[in-house]
Parts: sequence; C-alpha cells; structure tokens
Amino acid sequence: MKRTGPVLLGFVIGMLMLVQHFTPDRWIAERYNNILDWKQVVFGLTLILGVVSLFLYHWRRIARREEGWRYSLLTVGGLAFMIGAAILFTPSRGPYPWMFEHVQAPMQSTLFALLAFYVASASYRAFRARNLHAALLLSAGVIVMLGRVPLGEAIGLNHISTWILDYPNLAAKRGVMIGVGLGMTATAIKIILGIERTYLGRGA
Amino acid sequence: MTPAGWFHLERLPTAAATLFFGALIVVFVLLARRGRPLYIRRIAGLEAVDEAVGRATEMGRPILYSAGLDPLEEVATVASINILGQVARRAGEYETRLIMPNRDPIVMTVAQEVVREAYAAVGRPDLYDPHDIYYTTQSQFGYAAAVCGTMMRERPATNFFIGHFYAESLVLAETGNATGAIQIAGTDSDSQLPFFICACDYTLIGEELYAGSVYLSREPLLLGALKGQDLAKAILLALLAAGTLLAFLGVDVRPWLGR
Repeated sequence: MKRTGPVLLGFVIGMLMLVQHFTPDRWIAERYNNILDWKQVVFGLTLILGVVSLFLYHWRRIARREEGWRYSLLTVGGLAFMIGAAILFTPSRGPYPWMFEHVQAPMQSTLFALLAFYVASASYRAFRARNLHAALLLSAGVIVMLGRVPLGEAIGLNHISTWILDYPNLAAKRGVMIGVGLGMTATAIKIILGIERTYLGRGA
Repeated sequence: MTPAGWFHLERLPTAAATLFFGALIVVFVLLARRGRPLYIRRIAGLEAVDEAVGRATEMGRPILYSAGLDPLEEVATVASINILGQVARRAGEYETRLIMPNRDPIVMTVAQEVVREAYAAVGRPDLYDPHDIYYTTQSQFGYAAAVCGTMMRERPATNFFIGHFYAESLVLAETGNATGAIQIAGTDSDSQLPFFICACDYTLIGEELYAGSVYLSREPLLLGALKGQDLAKAILLALLAAGTLLAFLGVDVRPWLGR
C-alpha cells in the first residue's frame, strides 16, 4: 500500500488534470480549481517548513562558528527584523516596504547588472576560434552583434544578421523545443502511468 | 448532450496525438518487459556524472545540486528531482556530501525525502543530513546570491544545475566556473542553453534533461518509455519533412485538413 497508494493517487490526479484540458465539464473544472486551491494551502504550509529550514541551517552555522557565520547572523537578524516589522507595522507601511524598496530591490538589481560582466567573460571563452565550430560561432556572433548596431546596418550586415536569427538559429531552437515538448509529455505520461517512480524514493 | 458540450472539439488533434504518444510508450514498455534489448545513444553529460561525483570524492569536497527556479508542478523540476535521486545514490556510494539550496519549499521537502531514501538505498542512511538540503528564498536573484555564496564558501568540486533556469543561469555557471568546479547543467529553457554551454563542462540539451534519470538508472521499463519517445520524434520529423517537401512543391495541404 505504501507503494501503490502514491502511484494510484498520482494516476487519479494526473488523469483529472489531463482530462480537464479536453472537457468543458463544470464538475471537472471545479475539481481542477479545488486542486489548485489545495496547492496554495500546501505551499503555505511548506513555506513554514522552508523558513524553519533556513533558520536552522543558519543557526547551526552560528552555533558552530563555521566560516562566514557572521553572514548567517545577518540572515537570521534580517529574517527576524522583517517578520517583526510586518507584524508590528503591517507589510504595506513602515520599515517592511522601506527595507524591500531600499535594500532588497537594489541588491537584486545589482546582481542582475553583474550579468553583463558574466556575459563578457563567458563570451570570451566561447568565442575563441579554437576549431571550425568555434570559428563559425564567433563569425555568427560578430555578424549578429554588428547587425544590431547602426554601423552594421550601414554596411548591410543587418540583413545577414536577421537571416541568421530567422533561419539557422530558429531552426535549432525549434528542434530543441520539439524535443522538450516530447520529453515533457513523455515524463508526464510516465508519472501518470506509474512507470517513473524515482521521485517517490526508495522501493518505488 | 452534444460532443461539443463535454469535449473541446478544437482540441481533438491534441487529444489524438497524446493518446497515440501514450500508446507508443506503453507498447515499448511492454516490449522492454519482455526482455527485448533496447539501445539508447550515449549522452556525454550523463556519462560524466560518475566522473564528477568521483572527482568530488577524491578532492574531499562536496557536490552542489540546484534544481532550478520552477516549482514542482513543472515537468523540468520533476525530471531534475529524478536525476537528483540517481546523483544522490552515487554520492552515497562514494560517501560524498551533497548540498542543495532550494528556492521552493515544496521542492526542498521532496528533495530531502529523495536524498534520504537514496542514501538508505545504498546502505548509508547515516550520511544523510537534512541541513544540507535547505531553503533559501523565493527571490530569483536572492536565490542566485545564496547559491553563489555557497559555491564561494564551500568550494564544491562538482556543480549540477539541472532544471528550469532564467536570467540567473549565467551568474550561477560563471561563479561555479570561477571556483574551478566541474559543472554539469541541463535545462529545457532554450534562452538559457547558450549560457550553460559556454560556462559548463557538460550540458544536457532540452530532451536530454528528461532522459536523465532513465539513462542513469538503466531501468528497462523506463528505457522502453524512452524508445517510445524517440519513435514519436522520428514520426514527427518525418511529418515535418513531408510537409516541407509539399510546401516546396507548392501543394496546399490545408483543404485536406479541413482548414
């Protein structure tokens, strides 16, 4: 039963989710919405588990004085401060939105901005013409980049750039997407039919 | 009640294709059950899993596993969790620590269970530490910062980035590259694939992500399902080639399809 129960539940719920896509039946639509509501409830409960996990992880680092434990102290302090601020002042006013707008959002933007440097370093490695494939990649990259700026447009590279993006590039992307679509469907079918059970753990 | 009352008639082709695809998988699973040998092509990224885990063991450093940003209802995350099970078994066999920061608490809970069971399956339940599979934050770049910080502090010898990623993919992969870790990535996100290909040692491209757990487990029934998937793709490619040829010849097939 320990093995059959979850597989059977997966089959029933999976089939319901599959069937609801093909039928306008109101009863099935209501069950579908019930499942989505339950998902929110489960998410809310697991979020508590998540916060507990985060706290315990950092608390242990602080208690053991592991390398970088001061960062853990900052994390636990920040967590406690934000929870306290939301309870005392509500999440829509006071220190909670201020911290969000003036601390968290700028930090996220900073990390996003770092992406430009990472693109440069990754491109440097990828675009070294070590063999024919890398040389082709380098040529295509240069043409596409130049074709997107006024200089490239002036020398007519914009048409070649558009052609590269619309034909070889799009063909490769569509090839990947077809494989992904089939892979997704196959995985879903395997789970619904109980063929794939790795996610259930040992003995599944 | 008319068919339109209980069935979206415009979705009939999708339903037919799904049923056909499902039937193909079942047929190949039955063939595999009868013991018919099935060949699957070599996937370099998955062949390298043992080498990557072994490297971490030799260096005495941990393995880092990220299942991406998507929640568990996304198939890519389920595929990632399936691969995690196989990676955790090898980590257990080699007695190597596995670290997994999570963005989604449901994924974290399931991953904890999968890793615990994988360690138990190889006879090393004592190696499992729930604190190694922990929650970080829901924030996209907050998660990226947490994973990068872990990479810089813990210096894992091997990084796995398997799942659905967004703009943070390159931040993660480049940080891992800077730490000198061997990196295996796998994603179904076509916009992030070039970044992983540039910055990682091996990349599972699109469908290879979904074939991952099958390839690693070599479970005959799952191999059968994979062969069914391959045949479906071959049929689809044949249809595409036929459609392209007809388009070249100027034959309009739309009236045949009732459009």
